[in-house]
Amino acid sequence: MVPGRAAGRAVVTSQPISFLGGVDPVTGRLIEKNHELKGMSLRGKVFVFPYGKGSTVGSYTIYSMAKNGVAPAAIINMETEPVIAAGCVLAAIPLVDRLERDPTKTIGNGDYVTVDSKRGIVTVRKR
Amino acid sequence: MLEGYCGEAEALAMKLLVAIGDVFDARRMIKVKSVQVSGISYKTIGEAGVEFLEDFCSKGAKAAVETTLNPAGMDLTAWRRMRVPADFARRQLRIISAFKRMRMDITCTCIPYFVGNRPRFGESVAWAESSAICFANSVLGARTNREGGPTALASSITGRTPLYGLHLDENRKPSHVVQVQSELSTDLDYGLLGYALGRKLGHCVPFIEGTRMTRNLDHLKTMGASMATSGAIALYHIHDVTSESRLIKQSDLHFLERISIGKSELLSAKEELTSAENPRHVCLGCPHCSLEELGKVAKLVHGRRLRRKLWCFTSRKTYEEAEELGYISAIKAAGGVVVRDTCMVVSPLEKIGVEQILTNSCKAAHYLPSLSKVEASLAPFEECVEFASRRS
Repeated sequence: MVPGRAAGRAVVTSQPISFLGGVDPVTGRLIEKNHELKGMSLRGKVFVFPYGKGSTVGSYTIYSMAKNGVAPAAIINMETEPVIAAGCVLAAIPLVDRLERDPTKTIGNGDYVTVDSKRGIVTVRKR
Repeated sequence: MLEGYCGEAEALAMKLLVAIGDVFDARRMIKVKSVQVSGISYKTIGEAGVEFLEDFCSKGAKAAVETTLNPAGMDLTAWRRMRVPADFARRQLRIISAFKRMRMDITCTCIPYFVGNRPRFGESVAWAESSAICFANSVLGARTNREGGPTALASSITGRTPLYGLHLDENRKPSHVVQVQSELSTDLDYGLLGYALGRKLGHCVPFIEGTRMTRNLDHLKTMGASMATSGAIALYHIHDVTSESRLIKQSDLHFLERISIGKSELLSAKEELTSAENPRHVCLGCPHCSLEELGKVAKLVHGRRLRRKLWCFTSRKTYEEAEELGYISAIKAAGGVVVRDTCMVVSPLEKIGVEQILTNSCKAAHYLPSLSKVEASLAPFEECVEFASRRS
């Protein structure tokens, strides 16, 4: 986990994410062709996806999103990977993974989610 | 190092690596033999990336181990001929100058293993560039996690990486068996197999069997690049082909989940990646063209006059070798262009008037529509060159 506390509405997908080419660092919107969330904004959201895929430049995309004020408030992964983790460390975005239940199934789009990554606690208020 | 006794940059880099080590419950740091850094193009890292790199550089960061770089956003010498806008070029050159000051090798290629950075079996390295990671782990049997651009940079400065993931024997064993139920003949077939496999399995260590698989390094290069585009695959095994496959016993495969990939999966991957109806440009070299591939282009276009634009992307080093063998002059004589230091994915294609391309690369066809608003369509290597030669 990357330590921190944050809360926001959830954006949930069961498809993996490549931040480079998948998310516009200026608008914070998903832009990957054929992605189920294409067009959705991640700004201030708790972004729930299984794991990162694709380009290793994604860490810089996450960092740029933070600099541009359009980064997600927190990230929840099933099992994270270094490209996502490095982006979260640089951008100080709380990150949790390997939770007791599959977050992509337990959390719904629009649920209000609070993340306390240091204590490993995620609370979900259903929409 | 963390306390700053070795310098401010080293302390900052180590702080990042310790934080990553914490995320993955790493027990300690290990030394790395070499580093491949990604995030070199201004197009992909933007202003925030430039500031990040210059900040590291101004704190006195220097490479502690052999460090090579991914492609930049333009040919570093012939960028004017590429019609790259001057403001883009200025920022790109700032990035390169920062890497030079950090004493990193300005190789600007995604195939470091063909230009001298070739780790040996069992060696731990810290590589970024998803396609090169796949090649290093699978084909060479070296060990690296999927490093992001910044963590690779931190490993270069410290010479260290946290010990977890693919540096450990237990995580390198196959997790799935993939039965290939289609004959594979062209480079594109291998690319499509990789793309379908990455899409289906995402995050795993596949053991691939079922059909006679290639030993051609360019085909393995393109297959790995595709798997690491649609998925997060960093290591695959192929019976009798890849370096660690001899360590895998049949009994290791008994209880693994099995999936099969056949003709229909390859076709639907191709359909998914096709968006250009009327490509005017042909682009080869994602990952970068090898010397053999440039030789193949030279042979195919020899004595002909190309009807459409043909761009081949490669590394500076490979270009020099190809020049000596006469490949570059043959391609130029036919009207083709060989571009160094960059590729179709990380150069600002949309700013130099490219709208639709034909390529042999599933990776490029995946990224171009969202990254550059350029549409792509796919054909095998030879057919791409043939298409550039045809009248209509």
